[in-house]
This record gives sequence, C-alpha cells and structure tokens, in this order.
Amino acid sequence: MAQITLSNLAHSYLPHPHDEQDFALKQMDHVWQDGGAYALLGSSGCGKTTLLNIISGLLRPSQGRVLFGDQDVTDAPTAQRNIAQVFQFPVVYDTMTVRQNLAFPLKNRGLEPDLIAQRVNHIAGLIGMEATLDRKARGLTADVKQKISLGRGMVREDVNAILFDEPLTVIDPHLKWELRTQLKSLHREFGHTMIYVTHDQTEALTFADRVVVMYDGRVVQMGTPQELFETPQHTFVGYFIGSPGMNLFEAQIKGAQALVQGLPVPLGAVYGPVEGRTQIGIRPEFCALSDASGLPFSIQRVEDVGRHRIVRGEVQGQPINIIAPEGSAIGADMNRVTFAAQKINVYADDWRVAPLTAQGKAA
Amino acid sequence: MDKTQNNKAWFLVLPVLLLVAFSAVIPLMTVVNYSVQDTFGKNVFYWVGLEWFEEMLTSSRLHDALGRQVIFSAIILAIEVPLGIFVALNMPKKGFWASFCLVLMALPLLIPFNVVGTIWQIFGRVDIGLLGHALAALGLDYNYTNDAVDAWATVIVMDVWHWTSLVALLAYAGLQSIPEAFYQAAKIDQASRWSVFRYIELPKMSGVLLIAILLRFMDSFMIYTEPFVVTGGGPGNATTFLSIDLVKMAIGQFDLGPAAAFSLIYFLVVLLISWVFYTVMTNLDKQEGF
Repeated sequence: MAQITLSNLAHSYLPHPHDEQDFALKQMDHVWQDGGAYALLGSSGCGKTTLLNIISGLLRPSQGRVLFGDQDVTDAPTAQRNIAQVFQFPVVYDTMTVRQNLAFPLKNRGLEPDLIAQRVNHIAGLIGMEATLDRKARGLTADVKQKISLGRGMVREDVNAILFDEPLTVIDPHLKWELRTQLKSLHREFGHTMIYVTHDQTEALTFADRVVVMYDGRVVQMGTPQELFETPQHTFVGYFIGSPGMNLFEAQIKGAQALVQGLPVPLGAVYGPVEGRTQIGIRPEFCALSDASGLPFSIQRVEDVGRHRIVRGEVQGQPINIIAPEGSAIGADMNRVTFAAQKINVYADDWRVAPLTAQGKAA
Repeated sequence: MDKTQNNKAWFLVLPVLLLVAFSAVIPLMTVVNYSVQDTFGKNVFYWVGLEWFEEMLTSSRLHDALGRQVIFSAIILAIEVPLGIFVALNMPKKGFWASFCLVLMALPLLIPFNVVGTIWQIFGRVDIGLLGHALAALGLDYNYTNDAVDAWATVIVMDVWHWTSLVALLAYAGLQSIPEAFYQAAKIDQASRWSVFRYIELPKMSGVLLIAILLRFMDSFMIYTEPFVVTGGGPGNATTFLSIDLVKMAIGQFDLGPAAAFSLIYFLVVLLISWVFYTVMTNLDKQEGF
C-alpha cells in the first residue's frame, strides 16, 4: 500500500497536442493518501477513466509523473504496479469456473494453494457466490459476472490500491446498495486505498471519505462531502452536488453586498474587487420564502418529494429552486425569497472567490 | 375458433425444393444411377446392385488414396491452424499496416487454383525454378518429380502458402472482436502472455476457428487442381489423393460404375468427418459452458 502522487500530470490522446483543448486531462498535482476512500465524481467524458487508467498504468501520461510512495512508476507496466481495477462492464474469463476466476490474480502472483483457497472462499462470501463457485462463468447474467469482476478486484490483499470504474452500472439498485456497503466494510477491514469512479453523487457521497470532483479534464475540488456542499470551489461542483443543485445568479459584488439586477443582496463577508463574469451561488436549502423582504419571486410549481418540498420559480427572470422544509407555509402571497447570507458563495468566471474578511469583520 | 386445415403451406417450400433438386439431388441421382449399373458400351446398361460398392470398399486402390488423403488433411490442419493463429496474433491491430497486411494476406486466396499449381510447379523445378535451383545449389537433393518425400513437401508447402491466409484472416476477425477491457483486466490480474491467449483469445476465437477448421478440412480433403498440376499424382501414386484417383478412374479409364460408387463413398466420408468435427467441437463448447 502506498500514497499515490500525481505530479505535474497531464494527458492528451493526440500525439502532438497544441493547446489546452487537446488535453483530456489538464495539468494537475494531487496526492491520494494511503488508505483513503476516494470517490471520483464528474459527468461523462470529463477524464475520470483516463485518470484511473493512468494510475493503474493502462495509459502512459503525456507529461508528468506518477509516484507510489517514493517510487516513480510512470513507466512501470500495470503488472508491476500491483493494482486492482474493476471496469464498468463485466470482464470474466468465460472458460474458467467462478472459483478459477477469483483465484486467477492470486495464481498469477504465485501464491500457495491453501492461501488462494482461503482468500477465494472469503471473497465468495462477500459477493454471495459460495454456492456457484464451481459453475463455469460463461452464460452467467451480466450482474453476476460483474460481481465476479468485483470479487477478482478485491481478492488480492497486498495491492497498492483498488480502482473502481463505475462498477455498479449493470447491477440492480437493491444489490448496488448491498455491494457498496460491502466495499465500505472491506475498506475498513483492509485499509486499501480505494478510488471509486462514478457519476452518481449518492454513490460517491456514501462511499467516500473524500470526494474528488472532475470537470472538463480538471480536478475542480477534492474535499469532504460537507466541504463540497458548503463551499463548492467551482460552479460545476455547486451544480453537480446536491439535489437540486446550487442556484446561481449574475451579480455585481460591492463589498459586503451583491447586486442582482440592481437589487441588493447582503453577503456574509466583505469581498474585494471581483473581475470577470461574477455570480453568486446559494444552495436551495439556504433559500427561504417570505412575504415581507428579499428578492421578488414568482412561483411556478411545487414538487413534494416526501421529506421536503422543492419550490421551483423565477427571480427577475432567472430560475431558482428552493427547498422548503416539511410543514412550512407556501402560499400565493409568499412572493419574495431571502438567502442565508453566510451561505452565499461568490464566483468569478466559475471559480470561487474567497472573501477578504471572514464573517464580515474588517481585515 | 377452428383453424383452417389444409396443406397449402407446402407450396411455399416448393421453390427451394426445386432449387435443391436441380442443383444437388438430381445430379447426385445420376451418380447413384451409374453406381448400380454396368455397361459394355452402345449405351446398354445392366443392373449390378451393390457390386461396385463392395468392390470399391475392398479395393486397396481406394484404401491407399484414402490413407494418403487423411494424412494430407491432418498435416495441413496441424500446420495451417496454429500458423494462421500465430500470424493473426502478430498482425497489427489498426492503422495503415493493418490494412496492408490484410491485403497481403488476401492475395494468395485470390489466385486461381491451377495458377497456384503452375507457380509452384515452376518454382520447384531444379533446372529453372528459384526454389528448386536454390535448394540444389545448397547441395540438397531435391526433386519433386521423382522423390515421393519431396513431392509431398512441395504439395504441403504449396497448400500452406495458399490457404494459411484464410485461417489467419478468420482468426484475425475473431481477435478484433475482443473488447479492449479484457486485455486491460488481464494486465491488472498480472496474467502472462500465455494466459491471455489461453483464457481470453482462444475462447473468443473458438467460433471462427470451428469454421476455419471445417473449411480447411473439407477443402483439403477434396483437393485436386494444385497437386494435379504440380505432380500429376506422382511420382508413382505418391501424391494421388482421392479426387485425383477418382478423375483417373472416371475419365482416364472410363470406369463409370466403380467411379460413381467411389464418388458416393467419398461424399459420405467427407460428410461423416465434417459432422464428427462439428459435433465434437460444439460439444466441447457446451461442456465449457457448464
């Protein structure tokens, strides 16, 4: 097991990349702590799989270095890196039995037969396949095959890291939850570094201690679920995490106040001059309906999702979502909306701007 | 509701029935017709029952030709199938060189059989052929016209040259259909090159290899033109395979009755061995499924 360092890393699938647009992964420096459970979150095509394949050695990065601990493995082939990876679609060896499939990585490492049998039985228990160990893998359904793939990923104890590339796509929802729980307990048991790629935020937030959000070939934020929720570093994080995502308004920033189409909105902190395209972001959870103060609001529809209601409407022609707690009043006269000032984030060209002062106190 | 009961549906089968009748059944029946009769000319035929079959089944001439044929097909399969797979494994997967190799591999398949025979007939000649002359210059006593081993070697090398491409192209198609993820998973699992071949490539190729083996078996078992052009079945009867012997009997000696019986036995042998191949290989497949 080892800490994984990506140093000055970038990758392009083109042989001679010219500008930044040619790179599938833009230049990045990141450290993945030994034993961490990471979720790599982002929309399709943002470079998640590319990053994973670079870590496992299936791809060689166009520039930069990959380090496991202190060792430079940039040019080391996959087999030498001793890493496990589970792919989005099941890969099983058709002519082998389930048992042989699970034992395959161990056999290739030349382990003792007793040890192999013991590990295989343990993993078979985890994925619930003890009864079918001696069946041939051919002809099994996709979700069973994917369980075998998962098992093969977890069977080695001494791996440097286990990478999961959207491994539960083909699994049905009930089993998804169960397998995720098992992955989590496996992580607690062995403390492997795990990187879990997904585009499902629920999956990411339940699995990981730290969530890494990628957007357009960049890691835009690496943080705990709470950090992602409260201080999204990029408008994409605000929009992608949360259901519904963060509300964004074009605004001008003047000290401790934002002007949304000329109307003042108090901010929780003082900001210096902000350049570029300026926006304020506020999560639907921190918006409240009011009949007295705030920005004028016109309601369009209310969705009751059980524990709370989502109010969808417009402020000055811009769409807004508000989460109203259960039991709160929603009526036709509630035509204003207020924001919790401390929870407003300011963005310039999509990146978060740190305030000059915390809590509005003079610096 | 009662369904209308009639046999009109049979008329729908009629076109294909006619087609098969005229293309296969009726010509075959004329052979069956010859095989049970004898003639002394003047278009007068006598019924002889199964005598020709009895004679052919006990004829050492047919046994010898059949023996040579089986050995020839076995050698051909034993060389062409592994060699074809080996070539396919080493062909580039994409880009210009992939297309280049495909065209190169397809070339021998496009040459007419008797041209192939002529090429090798000249190529192997000791006096003017590049191969024969080169071997002679190296001090090897090579002469396919009067040495049985040399004749066999020439015919086998010629067939390998002509047909390995077919196996290679089929195997290549099988290999191309394997998703990249399988190779990636094998790398992750630290599989050796042999394991990748044994557990990923070979199982994924098994379908096309079955077709390749069947095609190569049937074609090699019915081979006529190329060895006929090169060796004419000689020296002696050394390279007289079933088809060559059959043509000698039917057209050379005009023994129509025995030749017809010979044809039918030949046909049944091909059918039988193909069926055995097919059954064994699909059963292997099924067994692996459970």
